[in-house]
Amino acid sequence: MDRLHLHRLHRTLIQGAVTVLTNAYLDGFLTGRLYRGPFKQLCVPGLNCYSCPGALGSCPIGAMQALASSPSYTVSVLVMGFLLVVGGLIGRLVCGFLCPFGLVQDLLHKIPFPKKFSTRRLRPLTWLKYAILVVFVLFLPNLPVNFMGMGEPAFCKYLCPQGILEGALPLAVVSETTREALGILFRWKFAILLSVVMLSVVIYRPFCKYLCPLGAVYGATNHLSVYRLRFETEACVRCGKCAAVCKMDCDPTRDPNDSECIRCGDCVQVCPTAALKKPSIGAGLRARVRPYRGIE
Amino acid sequence: MSRPSFRWGTAAVLLLGVCLIVLGLWRGELAVYFAKSINLCLECVGIG
Repeated sequence: MDRLHLHRLHRTLIQGAVTVLTNAYLDGFLTGRLYRGPFKQLCVPGLNCYSCPGALGSCPIGAMQALASSPSYTVSVLVMGFLLVVGGLIGRLVCGFLCPFGLVQDLLHKIPFPKKFSTRRLRPLTWLKYAILVVFVLFLPNLPVNFMGMGEPAFCKYLCPQGILEGALPLAVVSETTREALGILFRWKFAILLSVVMLSVVIYRPFCKYLCPLGAVYGATNHLSVYRLRFETEACVRCGKCAAVCKMDCDPTRDPNDSECIRCGDCVQVCPTAALKKPSIGAGLRARVRPYRGIE
Repeated sequence: MSRPSFRWGTAAVLLLGVCLIVLGLWRGELAVYFAKSINLCLECVGIG
């Protein structure tokens, strides 16, 4: 197994371990009862529905909407602070290593298919997730929908496929009551989930690229995070291997910390001259700024 | 020759994040979303 594939295997194992650890309440999967212990007060960094019967932590997007839809709050500064700290430390490394729904899409993309499509020309569509963040996560939950002045978690209710995959389906397996209660909203979101599943086979991480509001938040911090990829211009021989291997349509030679980069590390593995590097231990908040030498 | 420089932007983001967490805890936000997370989110699973 070559270095790249070994790295990809390691990453998949880490993703799997994180997914299992954040959904380790096995009793929930057997009985259909949600975990109600103290860990639910903590947000997990990735997209992990808190209505998953195994979920031990809370989804940050769900938590943001729970506060926004509450009549007493407009926005959740607590969750925003959490996202800023996580994003400020590692940026979209969360997407590459810590998100269960990212793992699902990664695994689906490994399914052999006659044609896999490039999405480089769809790069402008990545702005859609920022619009979803603003409209469905921040704005719509603040609109009151009942006499108590409460809003509704618009992203969770109308768009999030993770609620169906991790919540509705496992609960429906063990609970007849849940199965009977699933209605048109379930069918709509199941259609979204099915679309993401099918697209993931032919397109790499369609949800992460175009729809995920969490990716939007972490992407905005990629350039500022403590964890950054380093690019040594003098060592680069412009072979193009890093851009060719990148499935998120990034060119690390132009911007090694692109907001679309999920920090999977594939580009670092394929670079023949080690021009691309992961941060070394102790890099911390200090940056090495090389003076411009007239080299493009 | 390279010179180290302190990433003020990074430090600002982290400091702001910590301050917002403290503010959110002081506002009592933890109890609100905890109450939501321990009960089945009907909207999330598609009930109704």
